[in-house]
Amino acid sequence: MDFTEEQLLRYSRHILLPEVGGKGQSKINAARVLMIGAGGLGSPVGYYLAAAGVGKIGIVDDDKVELSNLQRQIAHSMDTLGSYKADSAKATFEALNPDVNVTPIKKRINRDNIFDIMKDYDIVVDGSDNFPTRYLINDACVIEGKPLSSGAILRFEGQVTTIVPGKGHCYRCLFEDPPPPGLVPSCQEAGVVGALPGIIGGFQAMEVLKLILGKGEPLINRLLIYDALKTQFRTVKVRRNPQCPVCGENPSITELPDYTQDVCSI
Amino acid sequence: MSETQVDRKIDIKGLSCPYTFIKAKLAIESMEIGQTLEILLDHKAAINNIPNSMRDHGHTVLSVDQLDDREEWTIRVRKEKD
Repeated sequence: MDFTEEQLLRYSRHILLPEVGGKGQSKINAARVLMIGAGGLGSPVGYYLAAAGVGKIGIVDDDKVELSNLQRQIAHSMDTLGSYKADSAKATFEALNPDVNVTPIKKRINRDNIFDIMKDYDIVVDGSDNFPTRYLINDACVIEGKPLSSGAILRFEGQVTTIVPGKGHCYRCLFEDPPPPGLVPSCQEAGVVGALPGIIGGFQAMEVLKLILGKGEPLINRLLIYDALKTQFRTVKVRRNPQCPVCGENPSITELPDYTQDVCSI
Repeated sequence: MSETQVDRKIDIKGLSCPYTFIKAKLAIESMEIGQTLEILLDHKAAINNIPNSMRDHGHTVLSVDQLDDREEWTIRVRKEKD
């Protein structure tokens, strides 16, 4: 692609990098990324992907902005209290970079609509806040063969991993089934420190850019765990499970199951 | 001036760093390995910066020449890798 003079200025620090250059920047500008969740994780992921020039970003979220979100969900503001998070995030990201086209999808994602929503995108970002959605996204990405950046945060701890179907593990290789409702507390019950999603979301945005560029070593077959209180990172090796119910050799999940479970949204 | 065959020329007079290198880099990206790019420029700092950056990127700097008594230079670079 030919860059305008404005784009040369905007993306100059990318173009200077041997790993990116004009060709890599063109790949970023042509990329189509679907973010599920415009909350704590979705805010920084979307911010950095928009800044980088990702051409098409879809944001799935049916929640509205509340005051209790603003301690960590930096895409929103006092001005957008009460409006849909997907609309609020679209306005923020497009104000940062007019090259970016953001599609707000004000729906709750479920097994009946996920394939239709995903079909226009190449990479998926999980910034959801509950286990049924996390497993739904994983299973749908494995079945469709779409790369997925998965992040999770609670209290002072965060986790991030990258799932490329066919190349490594999936979320069910790590944890085969969702925990029973009530076992793992939600952010609403247990709290989450405000800067934490910035760190984990930053990793997710970085992983997405690497997937777009085809450079480096994404977190395939690895789970990164961050302990904010101790300021410690651990990277745990994960192996693809040949008996995995969705990505294994004889998968039992070939259609999306019923994920409904009592979840309180955050 | 050396007798190298030049496959592409760009004139980036008036530009300063880092846009001198960005323009040169975009030009060389669009060329084939083994081809030579000639860059005409008038930003003095770039006669060091462009060759350094081109070497960092793995290309070969063939020559840096000043045009007769003018504050203008040509740099020739051979593309070595994509």
